[in-house]
Amino acid sequence: MSLSAKDKDTVTAFWSQVSGKAEDIGNDALSRMLVVYPQTKTYFSHWKTLTPGSEPVRKHGMTVMTGVGVAVSKIDDLTAGLLNLSELHAFTLRVDPANFKILSHNILVVMAIMFPKEFTPEVHVSMDKFLAAVARALSEKYR
Amino acid sequence: MVEWTDFERDTIKDIFSKMEYEVVGPAALARCLVVYPWTQRYFGNFGNLYNAAAIMGNPMVSKHGTTILHGLDRAVKNMDDIKNTYAELSVLHSEKLHVDPDNFKLLSDCLTIVVAAQLGKEFTGEVQAAFQKFLAVVVSSLGRQYH
Repeated sequence: MSLSAKDKDTVTAFWSQVSGKAEDIGNDALSRMLVVYPQTKTYFSHWKTLTPGSEPVRKHGMTVMTGVGVAVSKIDDLTAGLLNLSELHAFTLRVDPANFKILSHNILVVMAIMFPKEFTPEVHVSMDKFLAAVARALSEKYR
Repeated sequence: MVEWTDFERDTIKDIFSKMEYEVVGPAALARCLVVYPWTQRYFGNFGNLYNAAAIMGNPMVSKHGTTILHGLDRAVKNMDDIKNTYAELSVLHSEKLHVDPDNFKLLSDCLTIVVAAQLGKEFTGEVQAAFQKFLAVVVSSLGRQYH
């Protein structure tokens, strides 16, 4: 299920439409994840608060979406482009890769809410494939 | 037995009381067939599913999408015993339709996304949690009679 040329074009075009709202997207997606999948809170016990929309959540949402932006710019070789981030997730953060799928789902839900007209089924399938490819690239260094 | 909070019960009843079945059902099924194309394997007799436009405009897909969504009504009315409510439908999907139960989750994810787009800001994290919990119970019940 690798990214076709059409997928890459679709993702790149959609990202250019939505990236201006990256902070809001990241904040909403992360907030939702912490509420809908409470087991994900275990990774953030060091934050002073996990309240949706709070400062650490908003800040981290932006961090995540900045990473997504980097991935879009490296869409032709995600494994190489996300090498550093993969090492970070594998050796330092050690996030169970199952959670990448969970966060991806919530990013898609937020896309549907914020961009109902633009988030067509074709954009949805390309974005879903793209986020799965990003997750794979992030998992590269795990073992 | 599944425990439901008052908020969860009210949220589910509210969502379905405002549901536009003929819009959401077709959109969810069509989206599932586009986003997860292997699900098309169950709809060989639906005619033209060759591309997204064909799928979105296919009248058999629309009709079936509406049927599936109305299938959830029984769970909404029987939230305290969804397992038994769907025992027969589970047997049907297993014995007659031979649907891989992993597909139920795929459709349920698409339904979540379509409902999210419909409700917009109203689809808060708490509402999403209730809706996904409801769908997870439905999905589990539909998979229960497989052997």
